[in-house]
Amino acid sequence: MEKTIAAAYENAPKTWVYKLLLVFGVAAMLIWSSSTIVINDTTGSGLSVAKNILSGIFHPDTKLLFNFTNSGVLYLLLETLCIAFLGTIVGAVISVPLSFISASNLMPRPIALVGRLAIAAIRTVPAFIYGLMFIRVTGPGPFAGLLTMSLCSIGMVSKMFIESIEDLDKRILESLDAAGCTTFQKIRYGILPQLFPDFMSTLIYRFDMNLRDATVLGLVGAGGIGAPLIFAMSSYRWNEVGSILLGLIVLVMIIEWISAKIRTKLTRG
Amino acid sequence: MSFYDRIFKPRRHTLSNGKVVEERFTRLPLIMLIILVCTAISVRITGFSFSVLLSGGQRFFDILFDMFPPNTSYLPKIWTPLLDTIKMSLLGSFIGAVLSIPFAILAASNIVTNRALVFVVRLFLSLVRTLPTLVCALIATYIFGLGTMAGTCAIAVFTFAYVGKQLFEIIETVDMGPFEAMEALGATRLQAFIASVFPQVLPSYLSVSLFCLEGNVRYASILGYVGAGGLGLIMNEKIGWREYSSVGMILIVLFVTVIAIEGLSHAVRKRLT
Repeated sequence: MEKTIAAAYENAPKTWVYKLLLVFGVAAMLIWSSSTIVINDTTGSGLSVAKNILSGIFHPDTKLLFNFTNSGVLYLLLETLCIAFLGTIVGAVISVPLSFISASNLMPRPIALVGRLAIAAIRTVPAFIYGLMFIRVTGPGPFAGLLTMSLCSIGMVSKMFIESIEDLDKRILESLDAAGCTTFQKIRYGILPQLFPDFMSTLIYRFDMNLRDATVLGLVGAGGIGAPLIFAMSSYRWNEVGSILLGLIVLVMIIEWISAKIRTKLTRG
Repeated sequence: MSFYDRIFKPRRHTLSNGKVVEERFTRLPLIMLIILVCTAISVRITGFSFSVLLSGGQRFFDILFDMFPPNTSYLPKIWTPLLDTIKMSLLGSFIGAVLSIPFAILAASNIVTNRALVFVVRLFLSLVRTLPTLVCALIATYIFGLGTMAGTCAIAVFTFAYVGKQLFEIIETVDMGPFEAMEALGATRLQAFIASVFPQVLPSYLSVSLFCLEGNVRYASILGYVGAGGLGLIMNEKIGWREYSSVGMILIVLFVTVIAIEGLSHAVRKRLT
């Protein structure tokens, strides 16, 4: 018994050189990037600002929080929710054809590659540049935010869509073929039931992410809760920041909880 | 039997062996109705209209066309911010990923038996996760001043929350057999954890961290918009001056960098799993 264990230890691949190199590589990269740690606190007020922020966040402005007009937190949250929801749907509508084009089991390789490059290019452009572009089309407001959200969703959504399309079980289609099904029936009973849960789960997850990323839209004035939040921050009104953040966090947590429920239901069938 | 089934009675089928099965009425109409109502509300609130899109759609390409041909003479000035962006995401991802380990262990209900502790740590993780990265970056710029430090901080916080959540889910799905065997042999919980759980989660943990790093390079370019250093800083500046051809050049460089890092990390992740 002892001998077999010793033999197993003897025969184990000796990877310590490889590991050592890896550690050195990572350490070198970290040292190289440590030049980003520069405390640039010219005014020397960093700590006091931090204290103000914390006190503001823990004493939210309740008047703003429970204000039911168009500038209140609740309405802004509703607007953000709507932007994220419709943005996800529009993004999904664009992603479906795009991902079918880029799925390498359906399309010839060159076309799929072009599709993937296009998706990667769409993903690279930061959200605020899309926001600027769309503001020219629609003017500032939630509509521009919605369109920006939809373009930003495309990247991740189609990536996940492609994965589920490539995981399609073709044997089901073959058996449907053998049973004499028409093309429509094959799509209805062979493909849709396989794709639908995955697609829905992806979309619900993306809706979650869109809600969280919606603050970025505020940078360029494309609607939602981002703009008031950033204005409040840049004018040091930390109580308002606190109330907006509180609303946002509660909303995101509720949506996350609901979406987790739906997604587990979808995956379990 | 739920409320819905009581209104729409399930269909009964009698199988050939006499067994009766119930086919529940399809949920599709209900789901469709909910989605339609939500869409209608969203359309009203956001002011979505196809006519605006059709009449002004081509203006979307105004800036896009201004970006091409990109201003190649601007290229030498891009390198420093680009390297800053990469450094920020590297260091931020590393710090975040390392910091997340203890929290993820405390949030894993199969390792920690104290329910309350698990709940509190999980609540903390999701609280951090809901905090928008941009807000983090802005707060960091107030504390550390403008520059890469703020960006690194924001990325670290984001990575911490993301990797932390993924990691505790990974830890919860490991095979607890070896852990119990080691405890039965007299190892302490810590020893058992290091020797049995750690090797099981390490590949997935590295893979998640690398995946996060990929995303962070892209994210780091936005952070500059609030003054947190990196590519976003010069992008913001060039947009302000309306020098869209320079912006085009920055975007191309970013595109190539992101593709390269994604390819690299994809290759590493494939070897890991």
